[in-house]
Amino acid sequence: MKIHEYQAKQIFARYGLPIPRGYPAFSVDDAETAAKRLAQETGSPVVVVKAQIHAGGRGKGGGVKVAKGGAPEARELAQKILGMQLVTHQTGPQGQKVRRLYVEQGLDIGRELYLGAVIDRDRRRVALMASTEGGVEIEKVAAETPEKILTVHVDPAVGFAAYQARELAFGLGIGGKETLGKFVKLMRALYDVVVKEDCSLCEINPLVVTKGNDIVALDAKINLDDNAEFRHPEWHDLEDKDEEDPVELEAKAAGLNYVSLDGNVGCLVNGAGLAMATMDIIKHFGAGHGVAPANFLDVGGGANQEQVTKAFKMILKSPKVKAIFVNIFGGIMKCDVIANGVVAAARELGLKVPLVVRLEGTNVELGRKILNESGLAIQAASTMADGAQKVVSAIGGAR
Amino acid sequence: MSVLVGKDTRLLVQGITGSAGGFHSKQMIEYGTQVVAGVTPGRGGEKFEGKVPVFDTVAQAVKATGANTSCIFVPPPGAADAILEAFDAGLSLVVCITEGIPVTDMLQVRRVLEGLKGKTRLIGPNCPGIITPGACKIGIMPGHIHKAGHIGVVSRSGTLTYEAVGQLTALGIGQSTCIGIGGDPVGGMDFVDVLELFQADADTHGVILIGEIGGGAEERAARFIKEKMNKPVAAFIAGTTAPPGKRMGHAGAIIAGGKGTAAEKIKALEAAGARVAPTPSDMASTLAGMMKH
Repeated sequence: MKIHEYQAKQIFARYGLPIPRGYPAFSVDDAETAAKRLAQETGSPVVVVKAQIHAGGRGKGGGVKVAKGGAPEARELAQKILGMQLVTHQTGPQGQKVRRLYVEQGLDIGRELYLGAVIDRDRRRVALMASTEGGVEIEKVAAETPEKILTVHVDPAVGFAAYQARELAFGLGIGGKETLGKFVKLMRALYDVVVKEDCSLCEINPLVVTKGNDIVALDAKINLDDNAEFRHPEWHDLEDKDEEDPVELEAKAAGLNYVSLDGNVGCLVNGAGLAMATMDIIKHFGAGHGVAPANFLDVGGGANQEQVTKAFKMILKSPKVKAIFVNIFGGIMKCDVIANGVVAAARELGLKVPLVVRLEGTNVELGRKILNESGLAIQAASTMADGAQKVVSAIGGAR
Repeated sequence: MSVLVGKDTRLLVQGITGSAGGFHSKQMIEYGTQVVAGVTPGRGGEKFEGKVPVFDTVAQAVKATGANTSCIFVPPPGAADAILEAFDAGLSLVVCITEGIPVTDMLQVRRVLEGLKGKTRLIGPNCPGIITPGACKIGIMPGHIHKAGHIGVVSRSGTLTYEAVGQLTALGIGQSTCIGIGGDPVGGMDFVDVLELFQADADTHGVILIGEIGGGAEERAARFIKEKMNKPVAAFIAGTTAPPGKRMGHAGAIIAGGKGTAAEKIKALEAAGARVAPTPSDMASTLAGMMKH
């Protein structure tokens, strides 16, 4: 789960990680009030108005602006940014509508650094990374000058040791006893955030050293590990439904794994690996015929008939779907449950596009019987390849 | 012959009184697996299905029944703890089926596992389990699609494993042992650990390896195949068409920062001498083609 910058900074503040003063704003008036308040608190009129969306590259896209003239200018900027369709390298060409702002004090920036914490799955450790190349896309640094990224791995039994933080600090050229101490404290707080708040990713880009030698997290990005939701009831309030694909949200509420894609074949599959492989095989036979998957949908192993019905309805309702491929290898999932769910959904909403079904595994005979007796126009497929080819030719591509 | 599990395996099931644990324990017993004990804290002294004794702790169950392997169906909040308890009881193999364990919990488990220096092996979590057809089934896979034989199957995906097994059996080709290592970013055995066992097993003559996008486990497998294996390996990598940055069902199946793409993995495997099936429908036929030569 992704959260906004201002929410990540609120978490940082709880762990004593230094952040600039700032206030979230949901309207132009809010933004003006926030700017006034900041001017009073800091004695400087300079504030930064930042679009809050779940994507990086906001500055480049025009979603982050400095107001040197205080509250009136902040109001003008808020008017421009709030409601804009912000396009960044992470949003796709359609962009993301800005509904929230964060108004923050301006700082005298000396140096910009990068800090990040990720789960390094190959080393099975939390990796803490630091780089002198702050304020730019870290993926670019990793690809072009990997030697500029310093990495240490943390032993979970010991925690993040002070010497590891010092190693990173000296690598970044942070000397001076006072600044070094601040940096070590900040790094250890960052590790605590990752472990205690169940982050799958935590980034500060940039971390700035001010001209007064303070170290401050100017940006904050946190991705939370969805698996840990059960022990974080407070995450409920962090969720911003406006940032999610509505169909994916509907699927999540029904306990289904769903990802929207650009193609025209609706897919209903059990199991994540088989669902991915189904997308692959449709693309394999459909490339060159304009046929591609419209979604990734894994109904899982333990879905009941209602969930299957719900899943199939979601596919039927999608206007971009020109044909449907149901691909099931029943293990725990029984083929008759799938068949009943498909028939119930098709009866309710009507089936207006070609439907290809491949059933295999537990209770397969019963499942096929239910489909045969339903009166629905279903093309049965004997294998995945047969099914994918049938779906391609149904949309108009050659076999 | 086979690897890790067989007729001698004495299984205990952690979470045997839960709905999933109970259902699959029955299926395992029906298949012929020796389920000798169950463990549910607070339910010690009961009998599962009137025959299998239930204990409060894994240590008690091991002492009383001589169990050497555990299968875990404990829900996510208690699953990592259940794995640690199984480690502490000295079992040689722990299979964790549970899906949805927080990754920070698994980092701790992994740290303890490394300290055991191979005394205990962990399969999973978020996996279908392990089966030696005709001898021992541990986990949730449908037993009837398997056939005893000489092909090892190792996979990060559950249903895609069934797909491969179904294709093999349809061609009349049996399996020595099939292992689902799970779709989570941090877990127990990875491809290399399993390939080592298949390479050393005289009764395994060829291998199907099923990977997916994300991480570097397939690349490490490719290095092992190139340097240490003389048995044919057919592979399939799921997720060629998956968009970057999106979680495709499995927490582990995500392309991050341009790393972990299917194209890189396929290239590495082919360079190592494995043959990669062009579609998921061709996994068994690709291996069969290699076995003839």
